[in-house]
Formats: sequence, structure tokens, C-alpha cells
Amino acid sequence: MSEVTVNTTSNAPKRMTRARLALAKPGFLLGCAIIGISTLLALFPQVFAPYDPNFIDYLAVRQPPSWAHPFGTDSLGRDAFSRVIHAYSVNMQMAVLATVFALVIGVVVGALVGYYRGIADMIFGRVVDAVITFPFLVLVIAVVAVLGPGLINMYIAITMVGWVYYARLMRAEVIAQMGNDYAAAGLVMGYSDRRIIFRHLLPNAITPVVIYWMTDMALAILLGSSLGYLGLGAQPPQAEWGVLIAEGRNFITTAWWLSLMPGIAIVLTGLGFSLIGDGLADLLRPRG
Amino acid sequence: MSETVLEVDNVTLAFPISRSLMDVVHRRPGKVVRALNGVSLALQRGETLGVVGESGCGKSTLARSIVRLYPPTSGHVRHHGQDVFGGEAKKDRDYNRRVQMMFQDPFSSLNPRMTTGQILSEALRVHEMRPEAEIPARVAELLDLVRLPQDAAEKLPHEFSGGQRQRIAIARALAVEPEVLIADELVSALDVSVQAQVVNLLLELQDRLGLTILFVAHDLRLVRHVSNRVAVIYLGRIVEIGDSETLFSNPSHPYSQALLSAAPSLDPDDKGQAQHLSGELPSPLNVPPGCAFHQRCRFASARCKSDIPTLRSLPNRGEVACHHAEEISENA
Amino acid sequence: MNNPILEVQGLSTTFHRGGVTLPALRDVSFNVGKGEVLGLVGESGSGKSVTLRSVLGLARRYGEVTGQVRWQGQDLTGLSEREMRHIRGREIAMIFQEPMTSLNPLLTVGRQLTETLKAHTDLNRRARKDRAIEMLDLVGIPAAASRLSDYPHQFSGGMRQRVMIAIALAVGPQLLLADEPTTALDVTIQAQILDLILKLSQDMDMGVILVTHDLGVVAQTCDRVAVMYAGRIVEQGAVRQVLKGPRHPYTVGLMQSVPEGVAPRTQLYSVPGTPPSLAALPQGCAFAPRCAFVSGPCAAQRPELESVGEGRELACFHPVEALDGVASKAGAHPASSPHMTEESAA
Repeated sequence: MSEVTVNTTSNAPKRMTRARLALAKPGFLLGCAIIGISTLLALFPQVFAPYDPNFIDYLAVRQPPSWAHPFGTDSLGRDAFSRVIHAYSVNMQMAVLATVFALVIGVVVGALVGYYRGIADMIFGRVVDAVITFPFLVLVIAVVAVLGPGLINMYIAITMVGWVYYARLMRAEVIAQMGNDYAAAGLVMGYSDRRIIFRHLLPNAITPVVIYWMTDMALAILLGSSLGYLGLGAQPPQAEWGVLIAEGRNFITTAWWLSLMPGIAIVLTGLGFSLIGDGLADLLRPRG
Repeated sequence: MSETVLEVDNVTLAFPISRSLMDVVHRRPGKVVRALNGVSLALQRGETLGVVGESGCGKSTLARSIVRLYPPTSGHVRHHGQDVFGGEAKKDRDYNRRVQMMFQDPFSSLNPRMTTGQILSEALRVHEMRPEAEIPARVAELLDLVRLPQDAAEKLPHEFSGGQRQRIAIARALAVEPEVLIADELVSALDVSVQAQVVNLLLELQDRLGLTILFVAHDLRLVRHVSNRVAVIYLGRIVEIGDSETLFSNPSHPYSQALLSAAPSLDPDDKGQAQHLSGELPSPLNVPPGCAFHQRCRFASARCKSDIPTLRSLPNRGEVACHHAEEISENA
Repeated sequence: MNNPILEVQGLSTTFHRGGVTLPALRDVSFNVGKGEVLGLVGESGSGKSVTLRSVLGLARRYGEVTGQVRWQGQDLTGLSEREMRHIRGREIAMIFQEPMTSLNPLLTVGRQLTETLKAHTDLNRRARKDRAIEMLDLVGIPAAASRLSDYPHQFSGGMRQRVMIAIALAVGPQLLLADEPTTALDVTIQAQILDLILKLSQDMDMGVILVTHDLGVVAQTCDRVAVMYAGRIVEQGAVRQVLKGPRHPYTVGLMQSVPEGVAPRTQLYSVPGTPPSLAALPQGCAFAPRCAFVSGPCAAQRPELESVGEGRELACFHPVEALDGVASKAGAHPASSPHMTEESAA
């Protein structure tokens, strides 16, 4: 027998190289750093904030930034820096809670309609058309208007609208993956639909969804603070960036820092999520 | 005594194409791709039946239909006499275990996120081929069987070459100890020198395990080499079927002849000798009436344009679907 | 071949991917004469497509190209991109494996043909259209005049390849680079396209470099052949000589892997192993790890491509003399291809 099995071309280091390349990307590292710090601030705000965010000091109202109050104080004499820090808890929570249910529902529904097609898929198509033609914010505001303002209702509203986007993405990706013969091979092996969908198709189809999720978390913070600003999301006196911006809005000419600092916090976390999403796009791509 | 393992009985398969708006406006009926137009064949235990034809002739559709990826529009596929599409049988996992398939593209037929070990043990686990404790040992055995190194179990598909991936696909199919293997263009995507390795492996495994193989390919030399019998398909119909050596040395159907003479010979002295077929494969959207080959056939007569020839036995030949088979083979 | 129109001398191409240096092409030299068809054979990664792209100056955008490409006496490697564009399409044309990717799906076939003519000739509108019809007719497209207004997707695979040939040849190039032009096609269509290329090459006295992995295509189409392995030419010569009496062990292995003239359902001869990765080429002869004739010097030193007479060149320390010897030494099953027995009887 003249046949010899030859060593598999050793590509094992390639996987590591790719991980290292992604880590070496300064953008990805910066994103991780921003989100890492934001998470720490969100989990332990009391460690980093010098004051109680709701401690009212009528003797120190609307003070400009100083060593004692780095971001100054608001019209009730509350420390703006501490309020921005404590707002991390709420806003990071928004990033997760406003998206994670939409993600799960969207992934499952998208995978199922993409796999089975048929009537369910046609109905889904109509739902997508209906949702996509409305501006996202208008829909969410409409739902909040019905349910009433507040954080929980806001999460419900965003999830009710947001899952459609995940499902649409997932469905398209599952259909594309179905074109690969490994899906056909699974059917020929007699594997159950559940196994083929969740064990084979899903891990291969989910990459773009995860990347979208990162962007969506940034959008969720933006949306959440917009609703907070409009008085439909978090309710004062809770420290939340949108609420903080709204509180500072009347003093924009005299105490501009009150609105600017939470604004910067929004931009910074948004940037962090986007940078991570960008890095993940490289990291999660299968094969070398 | 031969025993029929798998029987394809007058299978037709038509894929409807969704009607365009213009079709609806003009009240035209929707178009239909007629991929298979009444194919019948029987696989005998232990044999290799080769299926050849050009792309779009329906050979891959036939293979996929046999493993139940495409249910036929009409006709039956029977496994030991049992209709595999009928009622209860549809959900019968045992059929999937006993009739396995290997695909053409070694870069898409393996889940890119599962290691070889996971791919093989999944097959063993789902069909409960071995108790849990014995699975790693069986995976090692399977890798050995297809001559892959043991460390292959830990690796992901992208770390292998095309030939090695096809070995993994063969190992996956063999994991469930099937009796029939459907090989759809198994080696077409591989380099010549690697093709030979995989073909050798397939022949050897067939010998050792007593497998029955349906070998679908467009490479005539390969099909001739591995097959006991061969079926030539043209536009979803078998035009000739019979013993491999007889068919290749003495093709009876004009299409089989054309197919053979089109395959470039390795001998430079044959340069410019071969007579080449003119015209192209008609679209399966619009199958010509009568013999589907008549537009390209130099023996075509008026009868060929209206009557569909059926398969019939010729003395000392296999079965041929041609009105003029006798005259043609006499002149040849 | 008395008067080569293309002389390639010591052509080397190196790509860099993610910090890894890939020597895709090393020290490749060959000539093409007027009206001559040169076959480049090899397996994937052997450098045959890179050769075409390097000749045409397409590879230098992605890697380093060194060596000489003398086109009718002029070195192309020194030309600017602008000057190259002048030669590309007008004097040297190229066709690809998948015509769909090289035809613009949004433009009619007539438009694509006339645009090529507009770019490279002084013909007026009327003449361009006539020439376009003439070309489609020449490559065997029925009802050519009525198909000018069709889009590429309205043609079948074989017809698309014909359209691409028509566009490539419209300006009357003296050299055609064909990169696996029939690999995606069926055998009956492949035969038609090869016949067409061969006939046009004779009629127009045009040189052709035909890249393929199919030795049968070489046997039926080419005048000379160069066998490539891991970025180098390992054997080169007239098709009859090389295919009837291959001398490099790799060429021998390639020929014997083809199941022709072998007893059915027996084990085929196979070259053990797989081609090496370009990122990790062996130090000596790249084929040494798979070679049945390997000896000490093969692993340490690389054999140079040297003339062995009769216009043949070979890069091997242990060239094969007669095929019988190969079969037994390689431990393969006695391959008894008809022409092989002929050769050993001679």
C-alpha cells in the first residue's frame, strides 16, 4: 500500500495568531478597556463616587467644576460627578436588559423561520415589513405611551420592537448556512431538527448577530437616555444620563458641564461597544 | 445470487419555480425544473453502481433524493422492499443510518466549528452505536480506518487539506455502520494525486466492510475504474445502463459515445481524432419532446422527435434508451 | 520554436500574508512562440495561475515580482501600470476559469465587446458593432447579431466562456493567457471550447499559455508542457516527449494517478502525501518528502532545472529512465497504460 497519511499541515498556531492579531488591534483593546471600566463603575459605583448621588446640599448649588466637585454641582447641590458615576449602573443595565431578551427571542425565532420557512416564514416577513417601515424610536415611544413610562416598561417596549431586527439577521444567516452541505449531512445522518438548528446552524450563523448586538447595546444606551430625557424612561431623581442631560438643559449657558459630562459618558460607552463589535468581527470569523 | 438493497422506481422530481408577475399577468402557468423524469435503477448488495452525466443532468438530485433530502414528485425509493418516503417510514431514523451520503465540497460538508472528534462522536451518540464509555476508542478506530493521525480528533476542519476532509466525511458516514454509501462527486474537488488516495481508500473499505456504493461523478475514467455497473444520465433520464467494462468499451447510446469521446485522452497521438458533440444540454426548464438528446444526435430521425425511447435490453449489451441502438452498434 | 514572442527568465513572486512569507513562484523560465500552445500543469498551489498573473503584471499589486518577462524584446516588469494597461488586452489577453466573475453582469455583451474595441482600436461605432458580431460569430455563438443586446446571465456556462474568449480576442492579441478555461465546464462543452481555442490560435497565429490540472487537456491541446510543483517548473518539454516518457518522479506520479489503462477496481498508483504548504517548503527538492527515489542530496540541495537535450528540461537528481522501473520501485501496482508499455518496449 503506497499510501501514507501525511501530517496535517500544522495550522494550529493560526488560530492563536488570529486571536493575537485581534488583541493587538488597538481599537479592540481600547473597546475592552472602556467597557471593562464602565462595567466596574456600574457594579460598584459607591466605591468610585465621592458622594451620595442624591445628597442635596443647598449651600453648594450649581458650582463650577472644582477639586471637591470635579463636574461641579447641580441646581440642588448634588455632586454631578457622583451622579454620572451612579448613572453607569442604570445605563449599563439598559445596554444589557434592553437587548438581551430581544437577542434571545430574535435568535430563536430567526433560526426557526429560517430553517422551516413555509407559512411561518411568510407571516414573519409581514411582521418584518410592518416593523421596519416605522422609525424605531416612534414605535418604542408608542409602546411606552401605552404601557406608561418607567424603566421596566421601556425594556418591554424596546424588546417588543428590537427582536425583529435580530430575527431578520438570524434568519438570513441561517438560510445562507443551510446552503452548506454540513446541514444536509446532518439531515442525512438522521439528526433531529433541534440538533441541526441549535448545534450545527446556530453556532455558525450567530457571528453577525453577536456583532450587531454590540452595536445594539450602544444604541440601547442612546435610546434609553433619549427616553429618559423625554421623561419616558428612568424617572428623576434617579441618576441616569438622559435624565441628567435633561436636568442640565435649563442651565446650558451658565452650567454647560451638567449636560456635557453625561453626554461624554454616553459617547464613550457607545464607542467602547462599537470597538468591541469591530474586533469580534475578526475574532469570530471561522477558518483562517 | 444478488440481492437488491435499494431500488429506485420510476422517480420523477420537478422543482416549481415561483411565477413571475409577468407570468401571472399573462396567465402563463408557473415554470417547472424537471430534474428527474422517471429514473429506475436497483442497487445490488456489494456492488458499485456508477452514475455519470453532465452538470444539470439530475445525477446529484438523484443522489439527494435517495437519502431523502428531496422527496420525489412521483415514484418510489425502496430499501429492502420498504418505501422510504411512505407514511411511517418517513420518520424512520434507521434508514438514515443504513444509507449514508458523502458530499462533493469538502469545505462545506463539515461543520467548521466542530472538531473531528466531536463530529464523529456525535454520529455515534445519536444513533447509539456504542455505549458512552467506548466512544473515544471507536473514534480512534474510525480515524485509523480512514488513515488519519490520532491527533486529528482535536482539530477543526479548516486545519485539514481537501483530501483529509473527505476522509473525515467518509469516517462520519462509516461511523453509523451503513450498508449503502452514496458518494456524490466525492473526489471531484481534489487534486489528481489526492484523488487516487481517496479512491483507493474507498475501494479498500468497500472490500473490507462489504459496502454497496452509488458513485456519482462526471469523471468518466474514475467511474469506469470504481464501478461494476454504470448508468449514464441525460436530462433526468437514464439513457444507458449496464456492465461498466462493456459500456465503456462499447457504448451503445449516441450520448454515451459522445461523452466518452469528449473525455480528453492522455495520449498526445489522439490529438484531433475525436469527434466532438455540438450543441449544449437543453435546459431542464424546457425538456425537448421525444428523445431529449435528438437535437444533438447525428442519428436522429423523425421518430426521435416525437417518441420517448424507453430502456430496453440489447444482446451482449446493457439496457439502452434509443430507437436506433441496433443500427448504431452494428455500424460502430 | 525559432522566434519566441514571450521569454520569461527567472520569474519569482513572493506574497506576504499576516507576517508569513509565501514564495508562490520561484525562478520560473519558459518561452512561448508564435502560434504555439504551452501547457502549465500542476496541482492547486503549484503556482500556475500566479505565473499568468505575474506575466501580465497583475501579481505585483499583491506581492513582489522579480525576474524578466520579455515581450517581443521589451521587459514588461519595468513598465509602469499605465504602460502595462496598453499591453494588457491589446497585445496579451487573458481568460479565466469562471467567466461570470470577469464579465460585468450589468452590461450587455455587445457593450462589453465594443468597449474593449473602443479602448484598444480606432474603429468607429459602426465598425465596432460589425466587429463585435463577427467575433461572436467566430467563437460559435448562434444568431450572433441578435445576442449583442443580451446580458451575461442570459448565456449558459459554455456560451459565457465563448463570450469571454470573443472579448479577449476581439482586438487580435498575439498571446492568450487561459487560466483553467474549461475546468468549470462539462466534458462535451470542454471539448468544444478547447477546439475553439486551438483553432483560433492557429488561424490568428497567436501564442497560448493554457493553465490546467488535467493532463488529458494538455495531451489534446498543447504543443509543449511545463509541469509545476510548489512554485517551480520541474519538467518541461514537447508534449509528446513528456507525456510518453515522463522523467520527473512527480510527472510520473501524476500520470499514473490517472485511472486509465489500469485494471478496474484495483488500487491506483498514488503519490503519497499532499503538496507542501508554501509557508513551510522543504529545504531541498520540494517533492523529496513524497518521492520514491529520494536520496541524501535531495533533502539537502535543490536540483536546478537543466537541459537534458531535445529541448527538454528537468529538475531532478534521479530522473526516471523507463516507466517499468518506476512502477516497481515505487511499489505501485504494475500500471499498464497502453502508451506506457509502448514506451518501455521501445
